[in-house]
Amino acid sequence: MLHRSHIYGVMGEFETPEQLIHAVEKVREAGYRRLDAYAPFPVEGLSEALGLKRNMVPIICLLGGLAGGVGGFFFQYWASAITYPIDIGGRPLNSWPAFIPVTFELTVLGAALSAVFGMLALNKLPQPHHPVFNVHRFTHASSDRFFVCIEARDPQFHLADTARFLQSLHAHHVSEVSDD
Amino acid sequence: MSAGQPPFDSPEIRRLTPVIGPGYTYGSVTDKISAIVLTRPTSLGWFIGFSIAFSLMGLMTVAIGWLIIKGVGIWGINIPIGWGFAIVNFVWWIGIGHAGTLISAILFLLNQKWRTSINRFAEAMTLFAVACAGIFPLIHTGRPWMAFYMFPYPSTMGLWPQFRSPLIWDVFAVSTYGTVSLLFWFVGLIPDLATLRDRSVQKPMKVIYGMLSMGWRGSARHWHRYQSAYLLLAGLATPLVLSVHTVVSFDFAIAIVPGWHTTIFPPYFVAGAIYSGFAMVLTIAIPLRKAYGLEDFITMRHLDNMAKVMLATGLIVAYGYFFEFFMSLYSGNKFDVFLVQQRLHGPYAPFYYALILCNILTPQFLWSYKMRHNVAVLFIMSIVVNIGMWLERFVIVVISLTRDFVPSAWGRYSPTFWDWATFIGTMGMFVTLIFLFVRVLPAISIAEMRELVAETSEDDK
Repeated sequence: MLHRSHIYGVMGEFETPEQLIHAVEKVREAGYRRLDAYAPFPVEGLSEALGLKRNMVPIICLLGGLAGGVGGFFFQYWASAITYPIDIGGRPLNSWPAFIPVTFELTVLGAALSAVFGMLALNKLPQPHHPVFNVHRFTHASSDRFFVCIEARDPQFHLADTARFLQSLHAHHVSEVSDD
Repeated sequence: MSAGQPPFDSPEIRRLTPVIGPGYTYGSVTDKISAIVLTRPTSLGWFIGFSIAFSLMGLMTVAIGWLIIKGVGIWGINIPIGWGFAIVNFVWWIGIGHAGTLISAILFLLNQKWRTSINRFAEAMTLFAVACAGIFPLIHTGRPWMAFYMFPYPSTMGLWPQFRSPLIWDVFAVSTYGTVSLLFWFVGLIPDLATLRDRSVQKPMKVIYGMLSMGWRGSARHWHRYQSAYLLLAGLATPLVLSVHTVVSFDFAIAIVPGWHTTIFPPYFVAGAIYSGFAMVLTIAIPLRKAYGLEDFITMRHLDNMAKVMLATGLIVAYGYFFEFFMSLYSGNKFDVFLVQQRLHGPYAPFYYALILCNILTPQFLWSYKMRHNVAVLFIMSIVVNIGMWLERFVIVVISLTRDFVPSAWGRYSPTFWDWATFIGTMGMFVTLIFLFVRVLPAISIAEMRELVAETSEDDK
C-alpha cells in the first residue's frame, strides 16, 4: 500500500476470451468491484461477467429521435402555415402528409447523432490518455490479448495480494499500472 | 442449379466456401490487414492507378470550374430537357451508395457473417458515391454558391424552403444519408484506428491515428455501449436507406410527366439502387482482393453471395420494368401508351434495348454456379450492370422529357464534352478516394474479423 497514490491498479494479461471471462468471474467472486476488462473485440458474455447493467445509449437515442421528429414536423408546420403561409388555390397550409419525408429524415438524423455522441459522452471519449496505456504490453489489447485491471480504488485492493491473486488465475503477465 | 454443386447451405458448402480462410488467429488477421496500411510499401500499381484516377478528378475540377464561369449552357440540357446528365448521374451515384448501407446495416441485423470482411470498404464506397452524387444537383442549380437557399436558415427575407417539394425532401434525405453513413463508418473505424495507433512505428502516424481513435482502449464498459450504439445505427440506417431512394424516386413520381408518375417507382428504385450498388461492390472487391492478396478474407463465398443478391434484385428490377410497361398500356392513358411506343421505337430506343440487355438478360447467367464462381465473369457482369443501371436512369429522364404531352414541346437531348467530362471526372474522384482509403485506413474491419475468428473457432468445437 506504499505507493497507493501512484498506482492505478494491477493488470493481468490473458490469451483467450474464455480465460478473460473466467478471470473476470473469479475476480468478482473474490469481492472486487472496481475493475475493468479490455479486449480487442466485443467478447460475448463479458458484460454479464462484469455485471454491467443495461446502458443509457438506447434511451438517449430515443430522445434524440423524438426531438428530431417532433421538432422537424413542427418546424415545417411553423414555416409553412404560420410564418410564411402561401395560399395556393385554397389548399391547406398544414399539408401534413407532405411534411412526412423531412420529418422522417430528421427523426433518423436526431436518433443517429444522439446515439453516437451519447455513446462517446458516456464512454468519456475522446480521452487521449489513460493510465492503462502506461503498461507496455497494453498495445496488444488492440490486437490479440485480453486484460483485466483491478483498480486501486477498490477497497479490497492490496498491491502484492491482488497481483498474486491475478497470478493464481493463470494470467500470462501481471503488471502494475502506474497512475502518471 | 448446375451439376457438382453441394446442397444449398449445408455444412459441406460452408466448409468448401468459408467466410474466412483456415488457420487465422486474432494476431494474424490484425497483422495481415494492418500491414496493408502500415508496413507494405506502396506499390507501383497503386501509383499508376492513383495517377490516372487523380487526372480524371482534375478533369472534373476543370469541368466544374468552366461551368461556374460559363453556366449550365455548356451542358447539353435545354428546354424541355432540363435534367440531362446531371440528374441521371446523381441518381446513378446515390443508388450505388445503397449497397454499402445494405451490407453494413441490413446484413448486420440479419446476423450474416459474410458481411464482415466487405462492410468496411462497402461503407467507404457509400460515402464516396454520396459525395459524387451530391456534386450533381449542386452544380445543376446553375449558381452553386446559392445552394444554401435550400436549407432552412433564418434569412433576412423571412423566406423558408418549400417543404412540400420533393426537391427539398431530397436535400434532407441525401444530407441525412451522408451524415448517418459517415457516423456509421466512423464508429466502425474507432477500434481499428486504435489498432493502427498501437501498431504504427512512426511518431506522426501514432499521433494522427491516436487522435482519430479518440483514446479508445477496448474497455468492456466501452464495448458494452459501443455495441448498443452500433446496433441502433444499423437499425436506423435500414429504414433510412430505403427512404433515400424512395425520396429520389419521388423527384420523378410526384411529377405528372408520362413515365414518371407511377406508384411503382419507390420500390423499383430501391431495388435498382441495391442492384447497382452490389455491382459496384463487386467491381471494387475483385481487384482489391487480388491486389492485396485478400482472397482468404474476401472469399468465393462472398462473391457468390453478392452475385446472388445481384440476381435477386435484378429480377425485382425486371419485374418493375415489366409492370411499368404493363401499367402504361393497361391504363389506357394515351400519353403513357405513347411513351411506351417511344421507348420501343423512338429516337432513344437503342438505349432502351441496351438497358434490357444489360439489366435483365445478361445477369441471368448468374443462375449458374460455375458463372458465379468465375471471378472474371463476375467482374465483367458487375460492369455490365453498372452500365445498365446508368442507362435505366438515362431512359427515364431523357425519353420522358423529350416526349411529353404536346408535340410542340418535344425535343432532343445529347450530352456535350463537358457533360462527359463532369461524369467521367466524378468517376475519377470516386476511384481517387478509394485508392487513398485503402492506403491509409484498414479496408477490412479488423475488430470484426477478430470476432469472426472467435465465432468460427467456436463453430469448430
